[in-house]
Amino acid sequence: MTPRLELRNVTRVHGEGHTEVVSLSDVSLTLAPGELLAVMGPSGSGKSTLLALAGGLDQPTSGTVLVDGTDLATMTVAQRAALRRHDIGYVFQQYNLIDGLTAAENVALPLELDGAGRRAATTAAVAALASVGLADAADRFPPQLSGGEQQRIAVARAVVGTRSLLLADEPTGALDSVTGEQTLRLLRSHCDDGGSAVLATHDARFAAWADRILFLEDGLLVDATSGPDISALGEVTS
Amino acid sequence: MSLLALLDEGPRYGLQLKQQFDARTGDIWPLNVGQVYTTLARLERDGMVAASGDGTQRTYRITDRGRAQLTAWFEQPERDTTPARDELVLKLILAAARDPDRLAAVIRSERKAAVETLQEYTRLKRDPADATDLGWLLLLDSLIFKAESRIRWLDAARTRMSHQPVPSGAGADSAPSTPTDTSPGAAMAGHEPARQDTP
Repeated sequence: MTPRLELRNVTRVHGEGHTEVVSLSDVSLTLAPGELLAVMGPSGSGKSTLLALAGGLDQPTSGTVLVDGTDLATMTVAQRAALRRHDIGYVFQQYNLIDGLTAAENVALPLELDGAGRRAATTAAVAALASVGLADAADRFPPQLSGGEQQRIAVARAVVGTRSLLLADEPTGALDSVTGEQTLRLLRSHCDDGGSAVLATHDARFAAWADRILFLEDGLLVDATSGPDISALGEVTS
Repeated sequence: MSLLALLDEGPRYGLQLKQQFDARTGDIWPLNVGQVYTTLARLERDGMVAASGDGTQRTYRITDRGRAQLTAWFEQPERDTTPARDELVLKLILAAARDPDRLAAVIRSERKAAVETLQEYTRLKRDPADATDLGWLLLLDSLIFKAESRIRWLDAARTRMSHQPVPSGAGADSAPSTPTDTSPGAAMAGHEPARQDTP
């Protein structure tokens, strides 16, 4: 089975000479379809760099990033942008919703940018809002909603349409523990339905919703929980 | 006191009390029937419960005195004045007296084990059938927060360790220092994490 996401010996160096910082050092990982992977580490450990590389927002200094088996380095800028619009959804700590647009318009926006008709985009947006339990909030504006509701809209926007790879960077950072848990339940059900997600967090309580947890320290992958052995699925046991 | 709380909900047989206690606590602190009957006998002697019937068919009900005791229990905060001995804390204290690489490896393997424990508790939360059982969710939250506090303490220990000044005599009577091996294999070698299988 082709991994949804694969990093092979990825290194990212920022700056040069005496200002050189190795943000990520020789990191390899695979993400299977249906898997929720958490990357844990203190701030500055390289979590956000890893997500940016995985989503094609940044390029590695060395190593390879593959999404659905395709090496991002072999794609043109336009192809990478199209991949991000079609296949990859982001959830950020600060939601990044547009205050002047309704919840449904916020969620529909990436589809419209991708050339979908307004009616089709709105229909998909309302369905995505319903999937996060916010069908009633479609016509409300972000400032009228709680932090937890805004984050659920951000999740709806990330999964709207055909996008099945979710990259979530500290999505629970501004939420209380019960509301944060609701966001994790959404990521979890996205993966249980066949999607995949990488969650970057410093909080073990939220990372624990993942199938597997990787630990980053100073750009190095230092440890990983075992998690379910997906590679063993389908193997004949003697 | 838990038995008094259950009896305050209505009269019960001894076996029913055991079953209800186990169900409410997800079998995490299972009671044996002997313990239940010993406790009931003591409560009866102290006038907290009254019994009717014979043998296993004896029905217990809470008395006014038992109810007053139960109210006092709910109102009185639990104070942790004599913390239980913690094997993990002891392990780190003793590892700290050895070389820093050993301590770092112990911290890493303990943290991984604690995170895996946390994953197990979190998996239990996923069952939608249990999502409306408030008592069960409170119990899981308590186990989750305990595991989390352990992880945060281990992270703090790692940070504290890296800020610790190197003793002036270090290296004089020991082998030349080598870079810390950060591979998972090195982290796990020779250390058995102190698991909390029976919270």
